[in-house]
Amino acid sequence: MSPDLILVAVVGVLFAAGVTLLLERSLSRVLIGIIMLGNGVNLLLLLGGRSGDAPILGVTPAGGMSDPLPQAMVLTAIVITLGLTAFLLAMAYRSWQLTGHDEVRDDPEDRQIVRRAERDESSVPDDLDVGVRPWAEPTGRTEEADPEQVDPEPGPRRLDREADDA
Amino acid sequence: MLMLLALHLVAAATAPALVRRWGRRACYPLALVPAAALGWAVAYAGVVRDGGAVVETYPWVPGLGLDLALRVSMLSWLLMLLIGGVGALVLVYCARYFDADEPGLGQFVAIFVGFAGAMLGVVVADNLLLLYVFWELTSVFSYLLIGHHPEKLASRRAAAQALLVTTLGGLVMLIGFIMLGQHAGTYRWSEIAARPPPSGTYLGVALVLILIGALAKSAIFPLSFWLPAAMAAPTPVSAYLHAAAMVKAGVYLVALLAPAYAAVGPWRPVVYVVGIVTMLAGGWAALRQVDLKLLLAYGTVGQLGLLILLLGVGTRDAALAGTALLFAHGLYKAALFLVVGIIDRRAGTRDLTVLSGLWRRMPLVCAVGVLATASMAGVPPLLGFAAKEAVFEAFADNPPLLVAVLLRATLTVAYSARFAWGAFADRAGVAPTPTRPVEPTLLVPAALLAVAGLALGVLAGAVGGLLDPYARLFGATGHHLALWSGPGLATGSSALVLALGGLIFALRKRVGAVVTRLRTPVGGDVAYGYATGGLDRIAVEVTGATQRGSLPQYLGIILLALVVVPGGALLFGRPWPDRWILWDTPLQAVVALVLAVAAVLTVLARRRLTAVILVGTTGYGTAMLFVLHGAPDLALTQFLVETVTIVIFVLVLRRLPPRFSVRPMRGSRWARVALGVAVGVVVSGMALAAVGGRRAVPISEGFPEPARSFGYGRNVVNVILVDIRAWDTMGELAVLVVAATGVASLIFQHRRGVGRPRRRDLPTRSPGAERVWLTAGPTLRTRSRSIVLEVVVRLIFHTVVVFSIFLLFSGHNAPGGGFTGGLVAGLALAVRYLAGGRHELDQAAPVDAGAVLGTGLLVAVGTGLAAILLGNPVLRSTVLDLHLPLIGDVHLVTSIFFDIGVYLVVIGLSLDILRSLGAEVDRQIEAEDEPGTGLRTDGAEAGDEPGTGPRTDGAELGSAAERRRR
Repeated sequence: MSPDLILVAVVGVLFAAGVTLLLERSLSRVLIGIIMLGNGVNLLLLLGGRSGDAPILGVTPAGGMSDPLPQAMVLTAIVITLGLTAFLLAMAYRSWQLTGHDEVRDDPEDRQIVRRAERDESSVPDDLDVGVRPWAEPTGRTEEADPEQVDPEPGPRRLDREADDA
Repeated sequence: MLMLLALHLVAAATAPALVRRWGRRACYPLALVPAAALGWAVAYAGVVRDGGAVVETYPWVPGLGLDLALRVSMLSWLLMLLIGGVGALVLVYCARYFDADEPGLGQFVAIFVGFAGAMLGVVVADNLLLLYVFWELTSVFSYLLIGHHPEKLASRRAAAQALLVTTLGGLVMLIGFIMLGQHAGTYRWSEIAARPPPSGTYLGVALVLILIGALAKSAIFPLSFWLPAAMAAPTPVSAYLHAAAMVKAGVYLVALLAPAYAAVGPWRPVVYVVGIVTMLAGGWAALRQVDLKLLLAYGTVGQLGLLILLLGVGTRDAALAGTALLFAHGLYKAALFLVVGIIDRRAGTRDLTVLSGLWRRMPLVCAVGVLATASMAGVPPLLGFAAKEAVFEAFADNPPLLVAVLLRATLTVAYSARFAWGAFADRAGVAPTPTRPVEPTLLVPAALLAVAGLALGVLAGAVGGLLDPYARLFGATGHHLALWSGPGLATGSSALVLALGGLIFALRKRVGAVVTRLRTPVGGDVAYGYATGGLDRIAVEVTGATQRGSLPQYLGIILLALVVVPGGALLFGRPWPDRWILWDTPLQAVVALVLAVAAVLTVLARRRLTAVILVGTTGYGTAMLFVLHGAPDLALTQFLVETVTIVIFVLVLRRLPPRFSVRPMRGSRWARVALGVAVGVVVSGMALAAVGGRRAVPISEGFPEPARSFGYGRNVVNVILVDIRAWDTMGELAVLVVAATGVASLIFQHRRGVGRPRRRDLPTRSPGAERVWLTAGPTLRTRSRSIVLEVVVRLIFHTVVVFSIFLLFSGHNAPGGGFTGGLVAGLALAVRYLAGGRHELDQAAPVDAGAVLGTGLLVAVGTGLAAILLGNPVLRSTVLDLHLPLIGDVHLVTSIFFDIGVYLVVIGLSLDILRSLGAEVDRQIEAEDEPGTGLRTDGAEAGDEPGTGPRTDGAELGSAAERRRR
């Protein structure tokens, strides 16, 4: 089969833009990147099949039809992308509710391990007494609190259900 | 035998329930289980005494050479006595040792019984692999038993140490077993022993590996450190596992292999070195302990060393002495541990510098303790004495070994005296230790064990006769077990040892300093510490280096791999097509240009809404390309999905800040762009290679004809979706249901709203004279309403819904289908919501979204199942030709029901999105803005904050969001 260069180029552009956005921290940017990547992948799949006229019997003769199989695959992919978009947006909204922004933060436990590795320390093995831990800080300073770990229903934004029923 | 093992399993499984019902008294009935093993052994005493064996075989995994081959000969019979007898007595003892409210007692007792079963399995297994399975089971159970007090640091650490040392040893042993089994062609020990394979380096390696496992299990130097640490376990565990049963497993294995392999290469040197070092170091360390339990533990380590030496050396007399000592040690050491447990629980300490005057307060306990200690020290007429005489006799012709065992016996006498003196004697200057009364239940098990040592000592000759079948494996004639062997080497040595040991004890004040200072220079515990600590450090470094916790970094690495590996393959392979075309139609170039510009601008966009509209443009552009490619179904779906996506985005973006935050990751911006471009180039190259490389005839060439004859439809894409590849669609429906549920649970968090939406729940506000176009219109703020929109929606809503149904039904033969129909209906609902607010949505669809989703899935699955009922494969289409009154002839393909399921699921998804991200977020905004005042306040509308509203477009969707935004 001979590829259609314009479509190949479009796939490349969509992938480039999508990947650039995917590497961002803002969840909505990541999501936009995923949507673009999705469109790129759909076109890529479609490219694999022959182009032609609508694959409908009685309208198009069998010889002139476009390849229906990639189309069926892409069709389900499009709708799945919709579900994914809705889910990620709900996550972005939830993140905004909890933290006031929608940025993907570094995993605090992983960062803790990284810091420990930088200081050439051991992990926190189960069989050490709390007082014996070399990294236990007698001043009482603790690791900075992680907002993700706080009460999932934030205080100030708590819903006033009674008010609504009244 | 299999029944015995099954009995243990059942008892272990029911033990927690029994303990819940009867408390600690449940130990009494459970003690009958090990007692049954003892009874079984006694019943078969005649067979093994005559040198026979009891054998049972059941097939298990023939492919691995693994069968349930069970075999009891003299050696395993001896251990069965210990396992069953001591196990039963210790369980009885447990009934009083633990408090009535001991936490986790049910679990403890269950594991204890399970351990007894596993230990029984070790000694009765004839198949080496089966033996290994039971061997590791005992390790795991011992881990759980030692860790009975998980809240205590020492307990956890000791448990982990014992587990690591014994299971790692066990793994090494498994390698040895496999080497041996492959070499011999069978894993049955009885067959290997009957025809031992010729020796060689290979066999030597296998034997050393097996020995490592045995030595780790029996706490032999340098792997002995775990046993003293394991004294953190409750005392019944120490009495059973660390005196009678588990630590004897290694000794048992050595004794099992010795008749066949004692003469092979490295066997004897290894056994000599580790045996002698362990028995002397253990005895020496026991002399300096102040904790009675630790004293016994080090004594046990030393005694195990002696046992390994005796049973590994491979001569008849040593084997006889070894089995006698094995048995005697099991009896007296278990009794002594039980006595220490009594002292610990009833006098409150086991520190021998604190205990004083117990012989007066606990005379019976003292009597039992002294009797057992005497057996340990080898005082006539106890079994320990007879065994010790046999030891001297066995090494009579080997002066170096004789000196070593004499030293060992001297140390034993010394620490035995230290134990008895420390536990019971009056201490000068220390007040008598207060005690509580000792129940018979605690005392009787220890007393029985001690008295057994006395009785069997008197009957030493008979015992020797019983042990003879094992000793005879090494030679026909030799020494006999006896209390009085006449004046000679053995008797003289015994007297000498008792005198020397007594002297060391008498001079304990002067010897003490030497004992404390002189220690084994290196021990396995140091290596263990370095190994575990080093492993931990490596783990931290590796984890820290690879698991940085940054999502962009992970993605970057993955994408870099995509660029390097397939990109490199493209670069070197050059799989470029020999011909290509620029475009199908020049129109593609125009669309592509728009699309590319929009894509680049999306990356640059700073405002969220701008980015969304630009990405929507790329989506519509993609849809145009679908049209030009000849895929009308795709284009239709893509257009609808893009529109729905923009609606969802706008619904959410009204709450998020209008601009993206620029702070994070500014520095690596160009790196990200470079990676993006690289991925784009590589994917383009892959597209060229993949399309150009396609030579075979596509499978879909053959689809159109079956689409008509099997699927009864003319739209091939739709037939693929609902028939040819209907399973894919079914999976997709499930994904959509999950996604919708996820959205709802993220926003509602508890359940979908307070109750099922109902039409009559509409708030009745401001019954003005105005003309109402949408029922819920008046619930909106006046400023938020658009009469034009309301009128238009009122006029077109039902038409659009009818159109969606038309798309659903015509989809089988023309562009359309369940997905597009559902999306159109979803858009109709979205428009109702945008025009009339959240109450209008309830008016339009007074159903729970979950119910719609569930119904849709049910209909789709039901269609598939109905095909089975008709005798067809799942999801196969059938044509129904019906004649309905009034309507006329109906030509119905059953796959339409499947498509109806799809239609319903897509509507459910739309409804869930609108209810969650639309209506519920509305409600949250209202509740936030006007706490306690209800829905509608026109006065509170100050001007919009400049620059915060998504006002970059004039489209209705955007302005709808703006209306809701403050």
